[in-house]
Amino acid sequence: MHGFANPARFLRLAHWLTPLLLVAGLVLALGALAYSYFAMPPDRLMGDSVKILPLHVATVWLGMGGWSMIAIASLAELVWRHPLSAIAARAAAVPGAVFTFLGLVTGSIWGRPTWGTWWVWDGRLTSFLVLLFLYFGYISLSGALAREGASSRIAAIFGLVGAINIPIINRSVVWWNSLHQPPSLTMGNSAIDPVYLYPLLFSTIGFSLLFGGVVLARMRTILADMQAEARLRRKAMQAAEGQVAEGLAGNA
Amino acid sequence: MREALDMMGYVNAAYVVGVVSTLLLVGWSWLAMTRAEAKRDAVRGK
Repeated sequence: MHGFANPARFLRLAHWLTPLLLVAGLVLALGALAYSYFAMPPDRLMGDSVKILPLHVATVWLGMGGWSMIAIASLAELVWRHPLSAIAARAAAVPGAVFTFLGLVTGSIWGRPTWGTWWVWDGRLTSFLVLLFLYFGYISLSGALAREGASSRIAAIFGLVGAINIPIINRSVVWWNSLHQPPSLTMGNSAIDPVYLYPLLFSTIGFSLLFGGVVLARMRTILADMQAEARLRRKAMQAAEGQVAEGLAGNA
Repeated sequence: MREALDMMGYVNAAYVVGVVSTLLLVGWSWLAMTRAEAKRDAVRGK
């Protein structure tokens, strides 16, 4: 992991990996969604609303995956002082928030015809809404710290503390009774028919590749902004030193 | 007699919101990256 701590080495890798992940992710995600929309048969109980699930499950997965990445990067920053970890955590926040929002919206749209309601204040939906608010807090905090030039360690602590919500989201359907069904996919087991399972898996892989590409693009953006700002500051200092030197020479 | 619920309207709404938002996120990230890298290279005098 420390091999990629060098920004120059990271940028060389990200230069070709970013478009590759974005294109592969778009092809796989849009392909899986197109198959689900046009070819997936209606479910016996859910009817056509089952077509929403490959989109909903992928976005929910990435909402939780985004915060898991923030937590891991925050740990790397606090423990190993990995130079790119704070940038990686900041880069994951916006796409994580977008996918969390999409998970809530697509879940709500799926719930209306299936459950008969847009929203219930149960453990799963409420803890997932809390995740969206955690993202908003993290984005505001890390942005403010970066603007003020302050240490990003406070944001890293926030990222680690917020990770407590991830197992709560995951286990909420087991701990509390709710309209939301219990897990359909567990390690090595699936209660889903293959005709629905494979589009869901391909969609999740495709959206995960897209998420990776967006995070890399955002890391490159943050790095480029920092490098440009550092160069401008150095130029301004050199200009000021030059003026002082000229002034001294004039006085002499 | 109750009419059957037209679920495809919900499916269409979910797909429009999901796909358009994802494409906007990808496009915005890519544009921001190319602009930031172009600005950095301009500052470096490349």
